[in-house]
Amino acid sequence: MSPVFYFLAALTVAGGLAAVLLRNLVHCALAVTVSFAGLALLFLSLDAQFAGFAQILIYIGAVAILVVFAILLTRGAELPGGAIFSRTWIAGLVIAAGVFALLGWAVIESARALPTYAAAPTVSVHDIGLALVGRYVLPLEIVALLLTSATIGAVIVAMHEKEPSR
Amino acid sequence: MARTLDQIFILFKDWIVSFLPSSLQPVAGVILGVIGILAVFPTLFALTTVFERKGLARMQNRLGPNRVGPFGFLQPIADGIKALTKEDVVPFSADNFVHFLAPLVLVVAVFMGFAILPVGRNMQLVDMDAGLLFFFAMGASTEISIFMAGWSSRNKYSLLGAMRAVAQMISYEIPLLLSSIAVVMITGSLSLPKIVAAQAGYTGIWPHWYVFTPWGFGAFLMFAVAAMAETNRTPFDLPEGESELVAGYFTEYSGFKFALFFLGEYLGMFSISGIAVTLFLGGWAAPFSFLTWVPSWIWFFAKVMTAIFVFIWVRGTLPRVRQDQLMNFAWKFVLPYTLLVLFVTALWRFMGEGWERWVVCSAILIVAYVIMGRLQMSRRKFAPRSYRYAE
Repeated sequence: MSPVFYFLAALTVAGGLAAVLLRNLVHCALAVTVSFAGLALLFLSLDAQFAGFAQILIYIGAVAILVVFAILLTRGAELPGGAIFSRTWIAGLVIAAGVFALLGWAVIESARALPTYAAAPTVSVHDIGLALVGRYVLPLEIVALLLTSATIGAVIVAMHEKEPSR
Repeated sequence: MARTLDQIFILFKDWIVSFLPSSLQPVAGVILGVIGILAVFPTLFALTTVFERKGLARMQNRLGPNRVGPFGFLQPIADGIKALTKEDVVPFSADNFVHFLAPLVLVVAVFMGFAILPVGRNMQLVDMDAGLLFFFAMGASTEISIFMAGWSSRNKYSLLGAMRAVAQMISYEIPLLLSSIAVVMITGSLSLPKIVAAQAGYTGIWPHWYVFTPWGFGAFLMFAVAAMAETNRTPFDLPEGESELVAGYFTEYSGFKFALFFLGEYLGMFSISGIAVTLFLGGWAAPFSFLTWVPSWIWFFAKVMTAIFVFIWVRGTLPRVRQDQLMNFAWKFVLPYTLLVLFVTALWRFMGEGWERWVVCSAILIVAYVIMGRLQMSRRKFAPRSYRYAE
Protein backbone atom coordinates (compact mmCIF):
# COMPACT_ATOMS: atom_id res chain seq x y z
CA MET A 1 0.00 0.00 0.00
CA SER A 2 1.85 3.02 -1.28
CA PRO A 3 1.07 6.68 -0.57
CA VAL A 4 -0.28 6.88 -4.12
CA PHE A 5 -2.89 4.29 -3.26
CA TYR A 6 -3.97 6.19 -0.13
CA PHE A 7 -4.18 9.44 -2.03
CA LEU A 8 -6.29 7.92 -4.80
CA ALA A 9 -8.48 6.04 -2.36
CA ALA A 10 -9.10 9.26 -0.42
CA LEU A 11 -9.93 11.06 -3.68
CA THR A 12 -12.39 8.36 -4.73
CA VAL A 13 -14.11 8.18 -1.36
CA ALA A 14 -14.26 11.97 -1.06
CA GLY A 15 -15.85 12.17 -4.51
CA GLY A 16 -18.42 9.55 -3.55
CA LEU A 17 -19.23 11.26 -0.24
CA ALA A 18 -19.54 14.65 -1.92
CA ALA A 19 -21.91 13.12 -4.46
CA VAL A 20 -24.20 12.08 -1.63
CA LEU A 21 -23.86 15.12 0.63
CA LEU A 22 -23.86 18.12 -1.72
CA ARG A 23 -27.11 20.04 -2.17
CA ASN A 24 -26.89 20.93 -5.84
CA LEU A 25 -27.61 17.99 -8.16
CA VAL A 26 -25.15 19.11 -10.84
CA HIS A 27 -22.43 19.42 -8.20
CA CYS A 28 -23.27 15.86 -7.15
CA ALA A 29 -22.87 14.66 -10.74
CA LEU A 30 -19.50 16.40 -11.01
CA ALA A 31 -18.43 14.85 -7.69
CA VAL A 32 -19.34 11.42 -9.06
CA THR A 33 -17.08 12.23 -12.00
CA VAL A 34 -14.22 12.93 -9.59
CA SER A 35 -14.81 9.57 -7.99
CA PHE A 36 -14.85 7.86 -11.42
CA ALA A 37 -11.54 9.54 -12.20
CA GLY A 38 -10.08 8.36 -8.90
CA LEU A 39 -11.17 4.82 -9.71
CA ALA A 40 -9.59 5.04 -13.16
CA LEU A 41 -6.33 6.23 -11.62
CA LEU A 42 -6.49 3.33 -9.15
CA PHE A 43 -6.75 0.93 -12.08
CA LEU A 44 -3.79 2.65 -13.72
CA SER A 45 -1.72 2.44 -10.55
CA LEU A 46 -2.37 -1.32 -10.64
CA ASP A 47 -0.96 -1.41 -14.21
CA ALA A 48 -4.37 -2.19 -15.68
CA GLN A 49 -4.13 0.20 -18.62
CA PHE A 50 -7.11 -1.09 -20.53
CA ALA A 51 -9.47 -1.00 -17.55
CA GLY A 52 -8.25 2.46 -16.54
CA PHE A 53 -8.65 4.07 -19.95
CA ALA A 54 -11.92 2.31 -20.61
CA GLN A 55 -13.14 3.64 -17.26
CA ILE A 56 -12.25 7.20 -18.30
CA LEU A 57 -13.68 6.81 -21.79
CA ILE A 58 -16.97 5.28 -20.73
CA TYR A 59 -17.65 6.63 -17.26
CA ILE A 60 -16.31 10.18 -17.58
CA GLY A 61 -16.93 10.51 -21.30
CA ALA A 62 -20.38 8.96 -21.45
CA VAL A 63 -21.99 8.03 -18.13
CA ALA A 64 -21.23 11.33 -16.38
CA ILE A 65 -22.52 13.25 -19.40
CA LEU A 66 -25.63 11.09 -19.44
CA VAL A 67 -26.28 11.78 -15.75
CA VAL A 68 -25.82 15.50 -16.28
CA PHE A 69 -28.14 15.50 -19.28
CA ALA A 70 -30.75 13.57 -17.33
CA ILE A 71 -30.58 16.13 -14.52
CA LEU A 72 -30.87 19.12 -16.81
CA LEU A 73 -33.62 17.65 -18.98
CA THR A 74 -35.86 16.50 -16.14
CA ARG A 75 -35.92 18.47 -12.93
CA GLY A 76 -33.54 21.25 -13.74
CA ALA A 77 -30.71 22.22 -11.48
CA GLU A 78 -32.80 24.07 -8.90
CA LEU A 79 -31.80 23.62 -5.30
CA PRO A 80 -34.13 21.33 -3.36
CA GLY A 81 -36.23 23.23 -0.83
CA GLY A 82 -36.30 20.86 2.12
CA ALA A 83 -33.77 18.56 3.69
CA ILE A 84 -31.47 16.65 1.36
CA PHE A 85 -31.94 13.38 3.23
CA SER A 86 -35.13 11.48 2.64
CA ARG A 87 -37.03 10.23 5.67
CA THR A 88 -36.16 6.62 4.96
CA TRP A 89 -32.41 7.17 5.02
CA ILE A 90 -31.89 4.48 7.64
CA ALA A 91 -33.44 1.85 5.38
CA GLY A 92 -31.29 3.11 2.52
CA LEU A 93 -28.18 2.85 4.66
CA VAL A 94 -29.05 -0.72 5.66
CA ILE A 95 -29.64 -1.77 2.05
CA ALA A 96 -26.40 -0.12 0.90
CA ALA A 97 -24.45 -1.80 3.70
CA GLY A 98 -26.06 -5.14 2.82
CA VAL A 99 -25.13 -4.88 -0.85
CA PHE A 100 -21.60 -3.80 0.06
CA ALA A 101 -21.22 -6.71 2.49
CA LEU A 102 -22.46 -9.18 -0.13
CA LEU A 103 -20.08 -7.84 -2.79
CA GLY A 104 -17.17 -7.73 -0.38
CA TRP A 105 -17.86 -11.27 0.73
CA ALA A 106 -18.03 -12.46 -2.89
CA VAL A 107 -14.76 -10.75 -3.78
CA ILE A 108 -12.91 -12.08 -0.75
CA GLU A 109 -14.26 -15.62 -1.29
CA SER A 110 -13.34 -15.61 -4.98
CA ALA A 111 -9.76 -14.70 -4.13
CA ARG A 112 -9.38 -18.11 -2.49
CA ALA A 113 -10.61 -19.95 -5.58
CA LEU A 114 -8.08 -18.26 -7.88
CA PRO A 115 -4.59 -19.67 -8.37
CA THR A 116 -1.96 -17.60 -6.58
CA TYR A 117 0.72 -15.98 -8.69
CA ALA A 118 4.17 -15.24 -7.38
CA ALA A 119 4.33 -12.05 -9.42
CA ALA A 120 1.51 -9.99 -10.85
CA PRO A 121 0.68 -11.39 -14.31
CA THR A 122 1.20 -8.95 -17.15
CA VAL A 123 -1.90 -8.74 -19.31
CA SER A 124 -1.55 -6.74 -22.50
CA VAL A 125 -4.44 -5.11 -24.34
CA HIS A 126 -3.86 -7.69 -27.04
CA ASP A 127 -4.65 -10.54 -24.61
CA ILE A 128 -7.80 -8.80 -23.39
CA GLY A 129 -8.96 -8.35 -26.98
CA LEU A 130 -8.32 -12.01 -27.81
CA ALA A 131 -10.16 -13.15 -24.68
CA LEU A 132 -13.14 -10.89 -25.46
CA VAL A 133 -13.65 -12.18 -29.01
CA GLY A 134 -12.49 -15.70 -28.23
CA ARG A 135 -13.41 -17.26 -24.93
CA TYR A 136 -15.92 -14.64 -23.79
CA VAL A 137 -17.56 -13.91 -27.13
CA LEU A 138 -20.98 -15.18 -26.05
CA PRO A 139 -21.31 -12.92 -22.97
CA LEU A 140 -20.06 -10.03 -25.09
CA GLU A 141 -22.73 -10.64 -27.72
CA ILE A 142 -25.43 -11.03 -25.06
CA VAL A 143 -24.44 -7.71 -23.48
CA ALA A 144 -24.47 -6.10 -26.93
CA LEU A 145 -27.99 -7.40 -27.63
CA LEU A 146 -29.18 -6.28 -24.21
CA LEU A 147 -27.81 -2.77 -24.73
CA THR A 148 -29.31 -2.54 -28.21
CA SER A 149 -32.73 -3.55 -26.97
CA ALA A 150 -32.42 -1.07 -24.11
CA THR A 151 -31.59 1.70 -26.59
CA ILE A 152 -34.56 0.82 -28.80
CA GLY A 153 -36.80 0.70 -25.74
CA ALA A 154 -35.58 4.12 -24.63
CA VAL A 155 -36.30 5.59 -28.05
CA ILE A 156 -39.80 4.09 -28.06
CA VAL A 157 -40.52 5.47 -24.57
CA ALA A 158 -39.24 8.92 -25.53
CA MET A 159 -41.01 9.06 -28.91
CA HIS A 160 -44.48 10.52 -28.57
CA GLU A 161 -47.16 9.58 -31.06
CA LYS A 162 -47.60 12.06 -33.85
CA GLU A 163 -51.00 13.72 -33.81
CA PRO A 164 -53.21 12.60 -36.69
CA SER A 165 -52.88 15.14 -39.47
CA ARG A 166 -55.74 17.51 -40.11
CA MET B 1 24.38 14.26 -41.22
CA ALA B 2 20.77 13.48 -42.13
CA ARG B 3 20.71 10.98 -39.30
CA THR B 4 21.94 13.59 -36.80
CA LEU B 5 19.41 16.14 -37.99
CA ASP B 6 16.64 13.58 -37.74
CA GLN B 7 17.51 12.80 -34.12
CA ILE B 8 18.72 16.29 -33.18
CA PHE B 9 16.14 16.84 -30.42
CA ILE B 10 16.80 13.42 -28.90
CA LEU B 11 20.56 14.07 -28.95
CA PHE B 12 20.00 17.50 -27.40
CA LYS B 13 17.88 15.96 -24.65
CA ASP B 14 20.50 13.28 -23.96
CA TRP B 15 23.21 15.95 -23.85
CA ILE B 16 21.33 18.02 -21.24
CA VAL B 17 20.40 14.95 -19.21
CA SER B 18 24.01 13.73 -19.16
CA PHE B 19 24.94 16.63 -16.84
CA LEU B 20 22.69 15.25 -14.12
CA PRO B 21 23.38 12.36 -11.71
CA SER B 22 22.13 9.05 -13.10
CA SER B 23 19.37 8.71 -10.49
CA LEU B 24 17.70 11.88 -11.78
CA GLN B 25 18.16 11.15 -15.48
CA PRO B 26 14.86 9.35 -16.29
CA VAL B 27 12.82 12.03 -14.51
CA ALA B 28 14.77 14.79 -16.20
CA GLY B 29 14.20 13.17 -19.60
CA VAL B 30 10.45 13.12 -19.06
CA ILE B 31 10.43 16.71 -17.79
CA LEU B 32 12.35 17.86 -20.86
CA GLY B 33 9.86 16.06 -23.08
CA VAL B 34 6.96 17.77 -21.32
CA ILE B 35 8.68 21.15 -21.69
CA GLY B 36 9.10 20.42 -25.37
CA ILE B 37 5.39 19.74 -25.80
CA LEU B 38 4.43 22.77 -23.70
CA ALA B 39 6.71 24.98 -25.78
CA VAL B 40 6.08 23.71 -29.30
CA PHE B 41 2.32 23.35 -29.51
CA PRO B 42 1.27 26.69 -27.97
CA THR B 43 3.81 28.39 -30.27
CA LEU B 44 2.24 26.57 -33.16
CA PHE B 45 -1.13 27.77 -31.85
CA ALA B 46 0.04 31.39 -31.92
CA LEU B 47 1.30 30.99 -35.48
CA THR B 48 -1.89 29.23 -36.54
CA THR B 49 -4.14 32.05 -35.32
CA VAL B 50 -2.35 34.47 -37.66
CA PHE B 51 -2.26 31.89 -40.41
CA GLU B 52 -5.99 31.29 -40.03
CA ARG B 53 -6.93 34.97 -39.95
CA LYS B 54 -4.74 35.76 -42.95
CA GLY B 55 -5.98 32.70 -44.85
CA LEU B 56 -9.64 33.40 -44.13
CA ALA B 57 -9.13 37.03 -45.08
CA ARG B 58 -7.62 35.98 -48.39
CA MET B 59 -10.57 33.66 -49.06
CA GLN B 60 -13.01 36.45 -48.22
CA ASN B 61 -11.17 39.03 -50.32
CA ARG B 62 -9.91 41.25 -47.51
CA LEU B 63 -6.53 41.89 -45.89
CA GLY B 64 -6.71 40.41 -42.41
CA PRO B 65 -4.42 41.51 -39.56
CA ASN B 66 -1.68 43.73 -40.98
CA ARG B 67 -0.77 46.29 -38.29
CA VAL B 68 1.40 44.52 -35.70
CA GLY B 69 4.84 43.62 -37.01
CA PRO B 70 5.67 42.65 -40.59
CA PHE B 71 2.45 41.60 -42.40
CA GLY B 72 0.71 41.39 -39.01
CA PHE B 73 2.70 38.37 -37.89
CA LEU B 74 3.23 39.71 -34.36
CA GLN B 75 -0.54 39.89 -33.83
CA PRO B 76 -0.60 36.84 -31.46
CA ILE B 77 1.80 38.64 -29.10
CA ALA B 78 -0.54 41.62 -28.96
CA ASP B 79 -3.48 39.26 -28.44
CA GLY B 80 -1.63 37.48 -25.64
CA ILE B 81 -0.80 40.73 -23.82
CA LYS B 82 -4.40 41.82 -24.20
CA ALA B 83 -5.73 38.55 -22.80
CA LEU B 84 -3.32 38.69 -19.84
CA THR B 85 -4.08 42.28 -18.88
CA LYS B 86 -7.84 42.15 -19.32
CA GLU B 87 -10.08 42.14 -16.29
CA ASP B 88 -11.32 38.68 -15.38
CA VAL B 89 -15.09 39.13 -15.18
CA VAL B 90 -17.10 36.41 -13.47
CA PRO B 91 -20.90 36.73 -13.57
CA PHE B 92 -22.49 37.53 -10.21
CA SER B 93 -24.70 34.43 -10.13
CA ALA B 94 -22.11 32.10 -11.63
CA ASP B 95 -20.91 29.02 -9.82
CA ASN B 96 -17.46 30.36 -8.96
CA PHE B 97 -15.59 27.13 -8.35
CA VAL B 98 -16.86 25.22 -11.38
CA HIS B 99 -16.52 28.34 -13.52
CA PHE B 100 -12.86 28.55 -12.53
CA LEU B 101 -12.19 24.85 -12.95
CA ALA B 102 -13.68 24.34 -16.42
CA PRO B 103 -10.93 25.93 -18.59
CA LEU B 104 -8.24 24.21 -16.52
CA VAL B 105 -9.81 20.77 -16.96
CA LEU B 106 -10.12 21.40 -20.70
CA VAL B 107 -6.52 22.49 -21.23
CA VAL B 108 -5.08 19.72 -19.03
CA ALA B 109 -7.08 17.01 -20.79
CA VAL B 110 -6.12 18.35 -24.22
CA PHE B 111 -2.43 18.56 -23.31
CA MET B 112 -2.47 14.98 -22.02
CA GLY B 113 -3.41 13.80 -25.51
CA PHE B 114 -0.04 14.93 -26.85
CA ALA B 115 1.82 12.52 -24.57
CA ILE B 116 1.34 9.55 -26.90
CA LEU B 117 1.76 11.37 -30.22
CA PRO B 118 4.86 10.20 -32.13
CA VAL B 119 6.05 13.52 -33.63
CA GLY B 120 9.17 11.97 -35.18
CA ARG B 121 11.37 8.91 -35.19
CA ASN B 122 11.88 7.98 -31.47
CA MET B 123 10.18 11.24 -30.51
CA GLN B 124 7.32 10.18 -28.29
CA LEU B 125 6.88 11.05 -24.64
CA VAL B 126 5.22 7.79 -23.53
CA ASP B 127 4.99 4.60 -25.55
CA MET B 128 1.82 2.99 -24.26
CA ASP B 129 0.42 -0.37 -25.15
CA ALA B 130 -3.02 1.24 -25.27
CA GLY B 131 -1.94 4.59 -26.71
CA LEU B 132 -4.91 5.14 -28.99
CA LEU B 133 -7.33 4.29 -26.20
CA PHE B 134 -5.55 6.81 -23.96
CA PHE B 135 -5.96 9.50 -26.59
CA PHE B 136 -9.69 8.92 -26.95
CA ALA B 137 -10.13 8.73 -23.17
CA MET B 138 -8.54 12.18 -22.86
CA GLY B 139 -10.66 13.47 -25.73
CA ALA B 140 -13.79 12.22 -24.00
CA SER B 141 -12.96 14.02 -20.77
CA THR B 142 -12.98 17.40 -22.51
CA GLU B 143 -16.75 17.03 -22.87
CA ILE B 144 -17.31 17.28 -19.15
CA SER B 145 -15.25 20.49 -19.01
CA ILE B 146 -17.35 22.04 -21.77
CA PHE B 147 -20.48 21.15 -19.86
CA MET B 148 -18.97 22.64 -16.68
CA ALA B 149 -18.19 25.88 -18.50
CA GLY B 150 -21.67 26.17 -19.97
CA TRP B 151 -23.59 25.25 -16.87
CA SER B 152 -21.60 27.25 -14.32
CA SER B 153 -21.93 30.50 -16.28
CA ARG B 154 -25.66 30.76 -15.48
CA ASN B 155 -26.37 32.10 -18.92
CA LYS B 156 -28.89 30.66 -21.33
CA TYR B 157 -26.57 31.04 -24.31
CA SER B 158 -23.75 29.29 -22.47
CA LEU B 159 -25.99 26.43 -21.40
CA LEU B 160 -27.48 26.02 -24.88
CA GLY B 161 -24.01 26.07 -26.39
CA ALA B 162 -22.75 23.49 -23.94
CA MET B 163 -25.72 21.18 -24.54
CA ARG B 164 -25.22 21.46 -28.28
CA ALA B 165 -21.48 20.85 -27.94
CA VAL B 166 -21.88 17.79 -25.75
CA ALA B 167 -24.64 16.26 -27.90
CA GLN B 168 -22.55 16.82 -31.00
CA MET B 169 -19.34 15.49 -29.48
CA ILE B 170 -21.04 12.33 -28.22
CA SER B 171 -22.67 11.72 -31.60
CA TYR B 172 -19.48 12.15 -33.58
CA GLU B 173 -17.24 10.34 -31.12
CA ILE B 174 -18.72 7.00 -32.21
CA PRO B 175 -17.72 7.31 -35.90
CA LEU B 176 -14.38 8.77 -34.78
CA LEU B 177 -13.64 5.68 -32.68
CA LEU B 178 -15.05 3.21 -35.19
CA SER B 179 -13.07 4.59 -38.12
CA SER B 180 -9.85 4.36 -36.14
CA ILE B 181 -10.76 0.80 -35.16
CA ALA B 182 -10.41 -0.08 -38.86
CA VAL B 183 -6.72 0.84 -38.59
CA VAL B 184 -6.39 -1.13 -35.35
CA MET B 185 -7.94 -4.17 -37.05
CA ILE B 186 -5.32 -4.15 -39.80
CA THR B 187 -2.34 -3.31 -37.57
CA GLY B 188 -3.36 -5.51 -34.67
CA SER B 189 -2.16 -2.96 -32.12
CA LEU B 190 -3.34 0.13 -30.27
CA SER B 191 0.20 1.41 -29.93
CA LEU B 192 0.87 4.41 -32.19
CA PRO B 193 4.54 3.63 -33.01
CA LYS B 194 3.45 0.19 -34.18
CA ILE B 195 0.77 1.75 -36.38
CA VAL B 196 3.42 4.05 -37.90
CA ALA B 197 5.79 1.12 -38.38
CA ALA B 198 3.05 -0.89 -40.12
CA GLN B 199 2.79 1.85 -42.77
CA ALA B 200 6.55 2.03 -43.42
CA GLY B 201 8.08 0.98 -46.74
CA TYR B 202 7.56 2.02 -50.33
CA THR B 203 6.42 0.43 -53.58
CA GLY B 204 8.51 2.19 -56.20
CA ILE B 205 8.36 5.76 -54.87
CA TRP B 206 4.88 5.44 -53.35
CA PRO B 207 4.41 4.88 -49.61
CA HIS B 208 2.24 2.18 -48.00
CA TRP B 209 -0.02 4.59 -46.15
CA TYR B 210 -3.42 3.34 -45.11
CA VAL B 211 -5.17 6.20 -46.85
CA PHE B 212 -4.12 4.69 -50.19
CA THR B 213 -6.22 1.55 -49.64
CA PRO B 214 -9.99 1.49 -50.30
CA TRP B 215 -10.95 0.89 -46.66
CA GLY B 216 -8.34 3.36 -45.47
CA PHE B 217 -9.64 6.08 -47.75
CA GLY B 218 -13.21 5.53 -46.56
CA ALA B 219 -12.17 5.44 -42.92
CA PHE B 220 -10.02 8.55 -43.40
CA LEU B 221 -12.92 10.53 -44.86
CA MET B 222 -15.21 9.53 -42.01
CA PHE B 223 -12.46 10.26 -39.49
CA ALA B 224 -11.94 13.70 -41.00
CA VAL B 225 -15.66 14.54 -40.82
CA ALA B 226 -15.92 13.30 -37.25
CA ALA B 227 -12.74 15.14 -36.26
CA MET B 228 -14.12 18.38 -37.64
CA ALA B 229 -17.29 17.93 -35.63
CA GLU B 230 -15.37 16.84 -32.55
CA THR B 231 -13.27 20.02 -32.53
CA ASN B 232 -16.39 22.17 -33.13
CA ARG B 233 -15.08 23.64 -36.36
CA THR B 234 -17.14 25.07 -39.19
CA PRO B 235 -19.34 23.60 -40.73
CA PHE B 236 -20.05 21.98 -37.35
CA ASP B 237 -19.52 25.01 -35.13
CA LEU B 238 -23.08 25.23 -33.83
CA PRO B 239 -21.93 25.17 -30.18
CA GLU B 240 -20.38 28.58 -30.68
CA GLY B 241 -22.55 29.84 -33.53
CA GLU B 242 -21.92 33.58 -33.23
CA SER B 243 -25.17 34.59 -34.88
CA GLU B 244 -27.30 32.59 -32.44
CA LEU B 245 -25.41 32.01 -29.21
CA VAL B 246 -22.93 34.92 -28.86
CA ALA B 247 -19.96 32.58 -28.27
CA GLY B 248 -21.60 29.41 -26.98
CA TYR B 249 -20.28 27.81 -23.84
CA PHE B 250 -17.55 30.39 -23.22
CA THR B 251 -19.72 33.47 -23.59
CA GLU B 252 -19.19 34.41 -19.93
CA TYR B 253 -15.43 33.98 -19.93
CA SER B 254 -13.06 36.88 -20.33
CA GLY B 255 -9.37 37.60 -20.15
CA PHE B 256 -7.04 34.67 -19.80
CA LYS B 257 -9.73 32.07 -19.18
CA PHE B 258 -11.15 32.93 -22.58
CA ALA B 259 -7.66 32.57 -24.03
CA LEU B 260 -7.43 29.13 -22.39
CA PHE B 261 -10.61 28.00 -24.15
CA PHE B 262 -9.23 29.33 -27.40
CA LEU B 263 -5.96 27.49 -26.76
CA GLY B 264 -7.83 24.31 -25.89
CA GLU B 265 -9.79 24.42 -29.13
CA TYR B 266 -6.68 24.83 -31.27
CA LEU B 267 -4.66 22.27 -29.34
CA GLY B 268 -7.55 19.87 -29.86
CA MET B 269 -7.26 20.51 -33.58
CA PHE B 270 -3.51 19.84 -33.49
CA SER B 271 -3.82 16.63 -31.54
CA ILE B 272 -6.64 15.22 -33.62
CA SER B 273 -4.77 16.13 -36.82
CA GLY B 274 -1.71 14.44 -35.34
CA ILE B 275 -3.72 11.29 -34.69
CA ALA B 276 -5.21 11.38 -38.20
CA VAL B 277 -1.70 11.76 -39.65
CA THR B 278 -0.44 8.87 -37.52
CA LEU B 279 -3.33 6.56 -38.31
CA PHE B 280 -3.80 7.16 -42.01
CA LEU B 281 -0.98 9.29 -43.43
CA GLY B 282 2.05 7.32 -42.29
CA GLY B 283 2.92 9.42 -39.24
CA TRP B 284 6.39 10.90 -39.57
CA ALA B 285 7.28 8.94 -42.72
CA ALA B 286 8.26 10.78 -45.90
CA PRO B 287 5.65 10.87 -48.69
CA PHE B 288 8.11 9.63 -51.38
CA SER B 289 10.97 7.20 -51.07
CA PHE B 290 13.49 9.74 -52.43
CA LEU B 291 12.62 12.24 -49.68
CA THR B 292 13.54 10.05 -46.71
CA TRP B 293 16.63 12.18 -46.01
CA VAL B 294 14.42 15.02 -44.71
CA PRO B 295 14.11 14.78 -40.88
CA SER B 296 11.05 12.86 -39.71
CA TRP B 297 9.74 15.65 -37.45
CA ILE B 298 9.60 18.04 -40.40
CA TRP B 299 7.29 15.61 -42.17
CA PHE B 300 5.07 15.20 -39.15
CA PHE B 301 4.61 18.92 -38.64
CA ALA B 302 4.22 19.53 -42.38
CA LYS B 303 1.40 16.99 -42.48
CA VAL B 304 -0.26 18.43 -39.38
CA MET B 305 -0.10 21.94 -40.77
CA THR B 306 -1.56 20.72 -44.06
CA ALA B 307 -4.44 19.23 -42.10
CA ILE B 308 -4.86 22.55 -40.25
CA PHE B 309 -4.92 24.33 -43.59
CA VAL B 310 -7.72 22.02 -44.72
CA PHE B 311 -9.62 22.90 -41.53
CA ILE B 312 -9.23 26.61 -42.34
CA TRP B 313 -10.09 26.07 -45.98
CA VAL B 314 -13.30 24.25 -45.09
CA ARG B 315 -14.14 27.01 -42.63
CA GLY B 316 -13.75 29.59 -45.36
CA THR B 317 -15.83 27.58 -47.81
CA LEU B 318 -18.79 25.85 -46.20
CA PRO B 319 -21.82 27.35 -44.41
CA ARG B 320 -22.82 26.17 -40.94
CA VAL B 321 -25.21 23.21 -40.84
CA ARG B 322 -28.43 23.19 -38.86
CA GLN B 323 -28.87 21.15 -35.67
CA ASP B 324 -31.20 18.58 -37.26
CA GLN B 325 -28.95 18.28 -40.31
CA LEU B 326 -25.98 17.74 -38.01
CA MET B 327 -27.65 14.91 -36.12
CA ASN B 328 -29.15 13.30 -39.23
CA PHE B 329 -25.77 13.38 -40.91
CA ALA B 330 -24.10 11.73 -37.92
CA TRP B 331 -26.61 8.96 -37.29
CA LYS B 332 -27.97 8.30 -40.77
CA PHE B 333 -24.87 8.66 -42.91
CA VAL B 334 -21.56 8.77 -41.06
CA LEU B 335 -22.29 6.00 -38.57
CA PRO B 336 -23.71 3.40 -41.04
CA TYR B 337 -20.95 4.17 -43.51
CA THR B 338 -18.29 3.74 -40.83
CA LEU B 339 -19.79 0.37 -39.90
CA LEU B 340 -19.62 -0.62 -43.56
CA VAL B 341 -15.98 0.48 -43.66
CA LEU B 342 -15.33 -1.80 -40.69
CA PHE B 343 -16.91 -4.69 -42.56
CA VAL B 344 -14.87 -3.94 -45.68
CA THR B 345 -11.73 -3.76 -43.56
CA ALA B 346 -12.39 -7.26 -42.27
CA LEU B 347 -12.98 -8.41 -45.86
CA TRP B 348 -9.69 -6.80 -46.92
CA ARG B 349 -7.89 -8.54 -44.08
CA PHE B 350 -9.15 -12.00 -45.01
CA MET B 351 -9.14 -11.84 -48.81
CA GLY B 352 -5.35 -12.09 -48.92
CA GLU B 353 -2.92 -10.41 -51.28
CA GLY B 354 -3.89 -9.81 -54.87
CA TRP B 355 -5.79 -7.38 -57.06
CA GLU B 356 -9.25 -8.91 -56.36
CA ARG B 357 -9.55 -7.32 -52.95
CA TRP B 358 -8.83 -3.90 -54.42
CA VAL B 359 -11.70 -4.28 -56.87
CA VAL B 360 -14.19 -5.85 -54.45
CA CYS B 361 -13.53 -3.46 -51.54
CA SER B 362 -13.54 -0.34 -53.71
CA ALA B 363 -16.72 -1.45 -55.45
CA ILE B 364 -18.58 -2.08 -52.18
CA LEU B 365 -17.57 1.29 -50.73
CA ILE B 366 -18.31 3.35 -53.84
CA VAL B 367 -21.67 1.67 -54.52
CA ALA B 368 -22.73 2.06 -50.89
CA TYR B 369 -21.67 5.72 -50.88
CA VAL B 370 -23.69 6.49 -53.99
CA ILE B 371 -26.78 4.55 -52.87
CA MET B 372 -26.81 6.04 -49.35
CA GLY B 373 -26.31 9.53 -50.68
CA ARG B 374 -29.08 9.16 -53.27
CA LEU B 375 -31.55 7.68 -50.78
CA GLN B 376 -31.05 10.44 -48.26
CA MET B 377 -31.24 13.16 -50.87
CA SER B 378 -34.46 11.72 -52.29
CA ARG B 379 -36.10 11.62 -48.88
CA ARG B 380 -35.47 15.33 -48.36
CA LYS B 381 -38.74 17.14 -48.11
CA PHE B 382 -39.11 20.89 -48.35
CA ALA B 383 -41.60 21.46 -45.57
CA PRO B 384 -41.61 23.42 -42.34
CA ARG B 385 -39.27 21.90 -39.81
CA SER B 386 -40.78 19.79 -37.05
CA TYR B 387 -38.96 19.56 -33.74
CA ARG B 388 -39.83 16.20 -32.37
CA TYR B 389 -37.93 16.38 -29.09
CA ALA B 390 -37.77 20.11 -28.47
CA GLU B 391 -41.34 21.35 -28.45
